[in-house]
Amino acid sequence: MTEFIQFFQSADVTLSDKLLEVVYILIGLISVYAGVRNAVDKTNEKRVGTAVFWCVLGLLFIVGRWIPSTWAGVLVLVMVVPAILQRVGKGQGGEPTQQEMNDNFNAIGMKLFVPALSLGVMALIFALFTQISSLVGLTFGVVVGGILLMIFSRKNTPRVFLDDTRRMLDTVGPLSMLPILLAALGSIFTAAGVGEVISSLVSGIIPEGNMVVGIIVYAIGMAVFTMVMGNAYGAITVLTVGIGAPFVLALGADPAVIGSVALTCGFCGTLMTPMAANFNILPVAILDMKDNYGVIKKQIPIALIMLAAQIVYMIVMCAL
Amino acid sequence: MDPMELLKLLGIAIVIIGFAMKLDSILIIMVAAVVTAVVGGMDVGSFLETLGTSFVSNRSMCIFIMTFVITGTLERNGLRQAAAALIGKLKNATSGIIISAYGVVRVIFAAFNVNFGGVAGFIRPVIMPMAQAAVERDGNKIDEDHVEELKGMSSGIDNVAWFFGQVLFVGGSGGLLVQGTLAGLGYDVSLVDLAAVQIPVAVLAMLIAVVYYNIIDRKLMARRARKAKGGKRA
Repeated sequence: MTEFIQFFQSADVTLSDKLLEVVYILIGLISVYAGVRNAVDKTNEKRVGTAVFWCVLGLLFIVGRWIPSTWAGVLVLVMVVPAILQRVGKGQGGEPTQQEMNDNFNAIGMKLFVPALSLGVMALIFALFTQISSLVGLTFGVVVGGILLMIFSRKNTPRVFLDDTRRMLDTVGPLSMLPILLAALGSIFTAAGVGEVISSLVSGIIPEGNMVVGIIVYAIGMAVFTMVMGNAYGAITVLTVGIGAPFVLALGADPAVIGSVALTCGFCGTLMTPMAANFNILPVAILDMKDNYGVIKKQIPIALIMLAAQIVYMIVMCAL
Repeated sequence: MDPMELLKLLGIAIVIIGFAMKLDSILIIMVAAVVTAVVGGMDVGSFLETLGTSFVSNRSMCIFIMTFVITGTLERNGLRQAAAALIGKLKNATSGIIISAYGVVRVIFAAFNVNFGGVAGFIRPVIMPMAQAAVERDGNKIDEDHVEELKGMSSGIDNVAWFFGQVLFVGGSGGLLVQGTLAGLGYDVSLVDLAAVQIPVAVLAMLIAVVYYNIIDRKLMARRARKAKGGKRA
């Protein structure tokens, strides 16, 4: 506890970091709230597992910074157990009806876009005009948007916000932890020296010190790996450690350009693969299409042009 | 190279095969992490420490939980209906223009982390009826193949707009993952820079999608016109 107080009183810690820690604590409280609500929700058949998952996640957010990393690692393992055992579910009901949404829109009108855009605008304003993290700005935008919604309609009580937040968390479920778990996997790869092994294998293909070839292999690798795995987030974790870092970034390329565009090269792969069923196959079912690949076929030309364009973009920005 | 070194790639093989086989994603990640730690010679303590350190230092990736505080209630207050009203202002547009307008609105809102649509929530109930009505404005019923093409293009522009739009959002999960991955390798980048890099990419992607789909739309309408003429003669 003393460490906790010291952190917030310390002059060495920036205001941004202090506020960000507050944001994490708030997120933790929201997550614990979702866990507790699920624990007492009779309509959720998997309430124990669901409660464990969200409560432990919340705990990681609230105390994660203050406990030894080893304990945090143990908590991560505890959190994923109910997810792996398929014991994380959701409660029934609570969705707004069509009628309710129509009526609310008729009452509020187009000004609803103002709270909708507030978090993005605030994130941007904080990023551009303050020294404080854009994520704190985003949180500020959430507060502004929430206040506006309460002004627009008296039906928007704090309870409604809480219920809807829990409903959203229930809907995305444990898979929403994919990015953060993949990042953790990436750090395990790095710690175990996987990057060096890939580098020494790939060094046969990529001439030493040739950034252009490095960029091309990294970009096409991102698209191909994503097509096989169906997930660009997984691909970037693996390929950045193995190819991006040693063959492109180590030669002095701008990491913001390379990292960011590598991800969207992966997205080009997503557009071309049936493995990304959510995006490419599910719509076929939802729209009653005859051709299973009817969506992918309309995306392949765009994806190929964009992949080529992004390779050129990276080369122009970094290698010339 | 020492063949034992190659064993370190086992974790990567598990990730690739696991995702390709559609096994439980979290299970794949955890198995790959444990296997990599074992073959890489990490002990239990350093494995847990790496896992814990990484998770705690990447908590920013879960900022989406904060956004949920208003997104669910925005939906309840009729955000989708508002977006439908916005696009519905397009009277007398061709189906190609309607699909393009949806894409442009979707990419702009994606840049602000506003997800008003998707195939089930928006294309099926709003865009498809509008696009179909635009084709049938000449008084004849649309044929099945034509509808199929419109469906493919609507879903296609939805994906293109959402993918390239969400990376424009400062604080989106993609940017956060890239930032976290690069930080693990010793490179510090800001979220704003990661998003700024994507502006020309997103503009180009939308331009290509809009041009390509409008070309297809024109061809479809030309084919339809030829068919209608042929039909009258017969």
